[in-house]
Amino acid sequence: MAQRSGEQIEERALLWALVLAAMLLSLLPLLRLLLEAVAPGGTLSGRAFESVLRNPATWTATGHSIVTAFGGTLLATVIGVAVGLVVALTDVRARSAYVFLFVLPLLLAPQVVALAWLQLFGPSSTLLKMIGMAPALGSRNPLYSPTGIVLLLGVQYAPLVFLTLRAGLRTLPNELVEAALAGGARPFTVLRTIVLPLMTPPLVAGIALCFVSCLGNFGIPAFLGIPGGYLVLPTLIYQRLAGLGPSVLSDVAVLSMLIGVIAVTGLALQDVMLGRRDFRIVTTSTTPRTWHLRRWRLPVEIALWSLSVLVLVVPLAALLLTSLVPAIGVALTAASATLDNYRFVLFEHAAARRAFRNSFGLSIAAALLIAALAVPLAYFMVWRRTRLLRWLNLIAELPYALPGVVLAIAAILLFLKPLPVIGVTIYNTVWIILFGYLARFLVLGLRPVVSGYHQLDRTLEEAAQIAGARLLRRLRTVILPLVAPAAAAGALLIFLTAFNELTISALLWSSGSETLGVTVFSFQQGGDTPYAAALAMLTVVVSVSLMLATMLVAGRLPRGVLPWRD
Amino acid sequence: MARLILEHVVKAFGEHRALDDVSLEVEDGELIAILGPSGCGKTTLLRQVAGFDTLDAGRILIGDAVMSSTSEHVPPERRRIGIVFQSYALWPHMTVAENVAYGLTVAGVREPERSRRVDAALELVDLGGFAQRRPAQLSGGQRQRVALARCLVTEPSLVLLDEPLANLDVHLRAAMENEFARFHARTGTTMVYITHDQREAMALADRIAVMDRGRVLQVATPSTLYREPADATVAAFIGGGMVVPVSVSEIHGQQCTAEVFGHRVPMRCAAGQRTGQAQACLRADHLRIVGDGAPGVRAVVERAIYQGGHFRLDAHVAQARDVRLHLAAPEPFEVPADGALNLDVTEGWVIPAAA
Repeated sequence: MAQRSGEQIEERALLWALVLAAMLLSLLPLLRLLLEAVAPGGTLSGRAFESVLRNPATWTATGHSIVTAFGGTLLATVIGVAVGLVVALTDVRARSAYVFLFVLPLLLAPQVVALAWLQLFGPSSTLLKMIGMAPALGSRNPLYSPTGIVLLLGVQYAPLVFLTLRAGLRTLPNELVEAALAGGARPFTVLRTIVLPLMTPPLVAGIALCFVSCLGNFGIPAFLGIPGGYLVLPTLIYQRLAGLGPSVLSDVAVLSMLIGVIAVTGLALQDVMLGRRDFRIVTTSTTPRTWHLRRWRLPVEIALWSLSVLVLVVPLAALLLTSLVPAIGVALTAASATLDNYRFVLFEHAAARRAFRNSFGLSIAAALLIAALAVPLAYFMVWRRTRLLRWLNLIAELPYALPGVVLAIAAILLFLKPLPVIGVTIYNTVWIILFGYLARFLVLGLRPVVSGYHQLDRTLEEAAQIAGARLLRRLRTVILPLVAPAAAAGALLIFLTAFNELTISALLWSSGSETLGVTVFSFQQGGDTPYAAALAMLTVVVSVSLMLATMLVAGRLPRGVLPWRD
Repeated sequence: MARLILEHVVKAFGEHRALDDVSLEVEDGELIAILGPSGCGKTTLLRQVAGFDTLDAGRILIGDAVMSSTSEHVPPERRRIGIVFQSYALWPHMTVAENVAYGLTVAGVREPERSRRVDAALELVDLGGFAQRRPAQLSGGQRQRVALARCLVTEPSLVLLDEPLANLDVHLRAAMENEFARFHARTGTTMVYITHDQREAMALADRIAVMDRGRVLQVATPSTLYREPADATVAAFIGGGMVVPVSVSEIHGQQCTAEVFGHRVPMRCAAGQRTGQAQACLRADHLRIVGDGAPGVRAVVERAIYQGGHFRLDAHVAQARDVRLHLAAPEPFEVPADGALNLDVTEGWVIPAAA
């Protein structure tokens, strides 16, 4: 192109600003981490590798990580597949309500789920005391064990398998099933020979995602593993860093790369498993078939709801009860019940009040900034098919796909020293957490907007272009209003995730920049379980209210962007 | 108002040449239809003229200004043209009035001038009372008219219409056809009308450009296109023409005698036609069933399809199975037991040999 018009210069400038922002958030932290592992402290050396890889604690924690991640994935797969098949294929009633309840653990933080479950067992369980079933004082809470970790990981991430499977089942053409039925196959044969084989891609993707999430989970092994001395890689990194400070940065960088390697291996296995066969569906009808359960409907419904009541409602009830006792160990009666814990965390405890302010501020800022970035970014990716950005889209997946500790360590490495040129240090401030959230959750905001663009007719933009509107005006007057629902859905997902976030802030917080997740964790570690319970209950209330509120406007959102909506 | 000129335009997608050396001149104030089957390149052509894509070779001029060439590309927002999209592309979050006003706002037209022009445009398409409606509250035909008003309110020099009637049902189409014709007559805007429907193209266009596989095969008035197709593809595409081999003799200006399977027929031909082997285009109403003794072409009926009042007969020439014929036979009609008919050919057009 010999000559550039004003329009082209404007578009180039916007494009490069977006590329720069995306690289800064996605690529830069990972490159910095890589650099630290090869050249710890700036000099090329294998010292950090050697010292970490020779330390037996590394391999113990790696072993624990792999065991719990596999166990958790297995359990989550069993639950997720069973529930997914029943909910997506059969005529069970009250599906929307059930999906909401079933997906809830995913959107409540792992540490909240862990804390709730802890209140369900053990000698100080308020709930067990009320019904006179508490074990003797001094006995161990059975959840402080690898089994406990696996159990909770399974409960926490079963919705991931469920969601990917359900999305796959929605695209399963009815006629494939009907053809098998017409061929004389019985329902279970159809399930085994047609439905499940065709669902291999979403299932494998869901399982891979689940494995990586289990591997990177910090909240559950922190609450259940640290008290019993059962460390996995994320908690090992946390302990090293919390105990020794930035002097061990090179070591934890290697540890976080180790966990990154395991995660990438898990993701790569997914491709290997899918590479062999052809799963492409060639027919077009997508009306899903509903199986009539007839006399089995009620028993199946009871089983479904019991499952969710058992894994979610009862633990949350236990958490609620604990939040009402005046002190741990005190029996809860009508007379002893008190809201003092709530008053304390809401009004009296300075760090808890700061945590509310920080978590609200961080989540809102991350949600809005990412939404504002995602709209033009996805525009170039989907409609303009800018190759560079489509490639960056894959990079943007990395900070979310890799365990949160990896990104947190990378952020520390990036920002430990003052920023170049302006000389300001954001390490030990709330801004480093914001950076972490932006980098990690970018993809959460990007995905719904990308699918929003795919569902829109691009001639709507072309009509504005023909009318003489330049890119910035088109973005503002035509494109933004059209993709706003998708961007809002993404922002909401980011808010919910960031509001309860613990993994990143546990490594990046400092006095003054506590988040709600960190504060709950600190209360629990300090033995102030009732405060932790009260604070956790408050976050549950905020999250659930927001999710319920979105159901009211759900009709205006693109299909499939809100996971808790059927 | 402006001329549109395409000079040797080439656009390739990988190996596939979507536009293969396309040249076209559209006169000021003309309504030209680009006609062709789907995949022939007509949408690519529209996107080139609009400036949504860059070209690989050639030039596009609107008025006297170069819009596209290999070294220059004026972006769509500065070409000052209008498009009526097949999907209408009305912005769902704006009212009808806001949709129509958009181009004026962008151009910096202020109130009250803006409202006056919006109202005038809506009056013109008989949607005066609909200014505050949302597109979702309108019928298909009304949406089409809003799209037209939106496109014309800025008085573009050139209007592109991309299959504007394809999404309407049959009786609405006729009404909208009238609307377009009326509109073109009143505004005198240069219009390029993309369609795959030859009936629509014939009804509306001053001239039609027939496209196939990325090439423009013929540009002519509807009547010329029908009576004097330039090649066998156009002959077969327009009006269901039949292409038969002939032997040309006795040329007198633009009249000649052509022998169709031994049957001598007076035919029209282009000036400069030579004697010898050629192809001719026949129309169904040039074929007449005659008695077995009369001179004619022997044909074998394959199928008789009742079409209300007459039968459409699909047949092939008895001497050549691959030469297919069709004609109408009035009711009552009985296919002979052996299916054989004797057909008189009353006239035809000798297709000029490729230059």
